[in-house]
Amino acid sequence: MSSWSRFTETFFNGPVMARYLPDILAGVVVTIELAALVVVTGIVAGLVLALLRSLGVRPLTWLIVGVVDLFRSLPPLVVIVLVYFGLPSIDLSPSGFVSTWLSLALVLMAFSEEIFWAGITSVPKGQWEAARSTGLSFRQALLSVVLPQALRLTIPPLTNRTIAITKGTALGTVVAVTEILGQASSAMSNSYNPSPLMLGAAAYLVLFFPVVVAGRWIETRFAWKR
Amino acid sequence: MSRPIVEARGLHKHFGAVHVLRGIDLSVAERELVFVIGPSGSGKSTLLRCLNRLEEPSSGSVVVDGIDMLAPRTDLNQARQRIGMVFQSFNLYPHMTALGNVTLALRKVAGKSRADAEALGKAALERVGLADRAGHMPGELSGGQQQRVAIARAIALEPRVMLFDEPTSALDPELVGSVLAVMRSLRESGMTMLVVSHEMGFARKAADRVLFMDGGVIVEQGPPAVIFERPVHDRTRAFISQIQRH
Repeated sequence: MSSWSRFTETFFNGPVMARYLPDILAGVVVTIELAALVVVTGIVAGLVLALLRSLGVRPLTWLIVGVVDLFRSLPPLVVIVLVYFGLPSIDLSPSGFVSTWLSLALVLMAFSEEIFWAGITSVPKGQWEAARSTGLSFRQALLSVVLPQALRLTIPPLTNRTIAITKGTALGTVVAVTEILGQASSAMSNSYNPSPLMLGAAAYLVLFFPVVVAGRWIETRFAWKR
Repeated sequence: MSRPIVEARGLHKHFGAVHVLRGIDLSVAERELVFVIGPSGSGKSTLLRCLNRLEEPSSGSVVVDGIDMLAPRTDLNQARQRIGMVFQSFNLYPHMTALGNVTLALRKVAGKSRADAEALGKAALERVGLADRAGHMPGELSGGQQQRVAIARAIALEPRVMLFDEPTSALDPELVGSVLAVMRSLRESGMTMLVVSHEMGFARKAADRVLFMDGGVIVEQGPPAVIFERPVHDRTRAFISQIQRH
């Protein structure tokens, strides 16, 4: 047998891939659910924290910065393990899915708060002054004048960071979440063949490549001519 | 004699250790155009910004159109509708059209309907000669046009007094004239105006009163003819001769 056909026999084994394709697809569904939940809750939470920070109440700001720095410093896998194995000691038993969701959402919340904050503070002070000088309240100035400008600045780093963190759904394997990598791993052990992993990798590509392209589209769509 | 539109008494402002305003008393009558000149750092901009409380005075009182701007009870947002401000760097909202810039406060603060706001907005843009640019984004306008839109944004709310903080300092010389023309027509329509600027030619022709500020105090004030030709104080004389050398 040539080395090429040995390679394909091992890594692109047709019958094995066909047998485990349904499992991988089931894993894709879980990955999508998990990723969608993480993105929505993480970004919304990050925006809320950034808006609270803009109020300028010192103790609140310190609390926010403390929480944010904590979750930016911890590796996501460590957070997942802490949540899954640690919370039961205070009578909370989140499932693997919930632990992964919570952990990744907290990490995304931390990074997106910093991104939103950078966006808000980089809007020139003159914008606030012009808005307030026409009688707009703090809230109106923030929502109508500052935030729209801040958000446009945040789109590129935000899409980048979101894509990076949602690929962390693969970390859920560690706590038995049946997402793509989890399914691929079980299939590999059961079939003694790494082909399911190639299927899994292909599944990630098919899933995330469009997300990357969509992110780029969003970035260009929201730029305005300065 | 009617009550002054702007009445500031004993105005002090500290920025940390720096005492920028050292006891300013200022009275601006209705329809007056008061010009404020002075070296940089003299507190001219700070004075203007204390009048609509963009800066918080350290002490003193500010009463605009009968409203005590510093009282805790005062609805500052409502009060600020009566004070229009035009900035050196225009500060137009880049994500909105010219009309959008002008109508935002009309809708959100004055509570006008979208249709009314648009009509009033277009009228304001008409007054500054830019009705045909209503749909343009600020990035598509020249500096002079942007500043005129900024003026329209302020006058759309029908303020009782307009504050101009170096309105032409950031403009190329050939664009300055268009903005000064708008300011002149505003004055002719009876607007009360307080202008911080270096445009001495404009001051000579249009100002009712010129204030010379230095080191946080009003050193001298009077009609332009007096201040520019026969100032009383040495500091005034030194400053005037300095700027006229160019």
